[in-house]
Amino acid sequence: MSNTPMEERRSFSSPGEIAGILVVAVFVLLPIYVTLVGGFKTIGELRTSPFGLPQSWTLSNFAAIIGGGQFPVMLGNSLFVSIATVALTVLLSSMAAFAMVHMKFFGRSHLATFFTIGLLFPVATAILPVFLTLRDIQLLNSLWGVILPQVAFGLAFAILLFRSFFAELPRELIEAALMDRCGYLGIYWFIVMPLSLPIIATVGVFTFITSWNSYLLPLVTLSSESQYTWPLGMQQFQGAYSTDWPKLLALLTLTLAPAIGFFLLAQRYIIAGLTGGAVKG
Amino acid sequence: MTSTTIATANAEAGRACLRINRTHLAAIVLLAPAVVLFGVFVVLPILQALRFSFYDWNGYGSPSKFVGIENYSKVVTQRHFGTALRNTAFIALVSLLVQLPLALWLALSLYRNTWFTAFFRTVFFLPYMLAEIAAGLMWNFMYDGNYGLARALSDAIGIEPNFVLADPAWVMPAIAVVLVWKYFGFHMMIYIAALQGIPNDMIEAARLDGAKPWQIVRHIKIPMIRSALAVTAFFAITGSLQLFDLIVPLTNGGPNNASLTIVGFLYQFGVTRMRIGFGSAVSIVLFIICVAVSIIYQRAARMAEE
Repeated sequence: MSNTPMEERRSFSSPGEIAGILVVAVFVLLPIYVTLVGGFKTIGELRTSPFGLPQSWTLSNFAAIIGGGQFPVMLGNSLFVSIATVALTVLLSSMAAFAMVHMKFFGRSHLATFFTIGLLFPVATAILPVFLTLRDIQLLNSLWGVILPQVAFGLAFAILLFRSFFAELPRELIEAALMDRCGYLGIYWFIVMPLSLPIIATVGVFTFITSWNSYLLPLVTLSSESQYTWPLGMQQFQGAYSTDWPKLLALLTLTLAPAIGFFLLAQRYIIAGLTGGAVKG
Repeated sequence: MTSTTIATANAEAGRACLRINRTHLAAIVLLAPAVVLFGVFVVLPILQALRFSFYDWNGYGSPSKFVGIENYSKVVTQRHFGTALRNTAFIALVSLLVQLPLALWLALSLYRNTWFTAFFRTVFFLPYMLAEIAAGLMWNFMYDGNYGLARALSDAIGIEPNFVLADPAWVMPAIAVVLVWKYFGFHMMIYIAALQGIPNDMIEAARLDGAKPWQIVRHIKIPMIRSALAVTAFFAITGSLQLFDLIVPLTNGGPNNASLTIVGFLYQFGVTRMRIGFGSAVSIVLFIICVAVSIIYQRAARMAEE
């Protein structure tokens, strides 16, 4: 409605602008393209023509990685860590945000400040004490040793998003349910959560990506290969096959392809999360 | 009759009390898990880091050798710490002066909704989604003087292949390119969301008054997205302060520690050597910088609102 045809035409008016956009697009896509085709090439072909399409699409690199045993284990570990992190982050942050928005209790405003602390500094700042805590509670080299701190560090942002969503819910809804003698826990679970699917999706997708990509915490926490998440495994691969680029590029393709697919599906929620957070933050 | 009224009143009061107690119980059930987890893994560690930073400790037993501010003076005088600070500042500057203007320009070109803009927005946002570890490895290939873009470029202009990642003079600019590549789409998306919030009448009115496109950008669009500009500047700086994952597959801090960042320094000299006191001192320095940046941002954002 707000976009008149005249304006749309105006936004394409400058050929220089379009040329600039295309140059940036090549800059963005070139490394991804080179990676995706590189895994199919032989090392000699990679050397002579890194940018061309492969002469024959060799699958041996992919087969070697998938059949290598280590790769599926790493992906499984990452999947477990990410799913557990998402489930716990969504559950704990929505519970806390619901209480902070819709219940009256002593110290409510201080609690908001308390969680804001988590927005101030990155996990790296606390990495040594976190390591020692995990050692003391025997969670080193365990996937839960990655999951719990990740959830804790994701809470502040997730609570922020849930709070602003819950504040928009009609108060009468909660009050009517209270009249019907539905307890707060019941209201949270049976009334508020089913209405909150958009924000659950946003927090979930955002948390998933952060967890799936995270490196420092697993690096410090996990020490045996059987527990490695995929970024650790990739680092180890890079060390072991530092000159075997076709193999490394094939490995990259195998991890990037699902990430790109996921991104294209979940793009809406990712952007909602980052713009919502940016506006509030 | 009176007694029954009193009895009902009592019952009512009793139920109300029960409900208040129940309410408190519910609040505790809802809040406790988040508060405990956050306390144990976020708040407590920062307090512990502050305490540990005054001890010489290898992490075993309990910290007993109190050394005062010695760890801090060691950090400040460690020569690689200066490199780490300089590199972090360099990355922050590139983010602010190259990445944000690029993102703003693209946002201004692409913020209206058409298939063309939607497609390029998706393309530009794609790198933000990819794991730092994977993105860094991809660019390590691009920069490999024997294979990638680096070789193609040097062949094209007829010079010996250059290994930028092994060259102390070029390693940070090379990393900055990867950084811009990875994150400009993120900032662009924030600008786009803000630009779409500008009332169209405002732009239309200015155009009818004869304002040229660049005047509309300068006098309406940019002032209207001040908060978005402030928030992206904040993200650009805090992102630079925690940069680490992306550099590991590119250079791992090398050559000769030339590409260390603050977190890289913390990892290299604190974590891997289990120097808890020294590492904690680095953490606290980083923490103070982060908090200072947040305070400055809050002030700036409040001023932008007014």
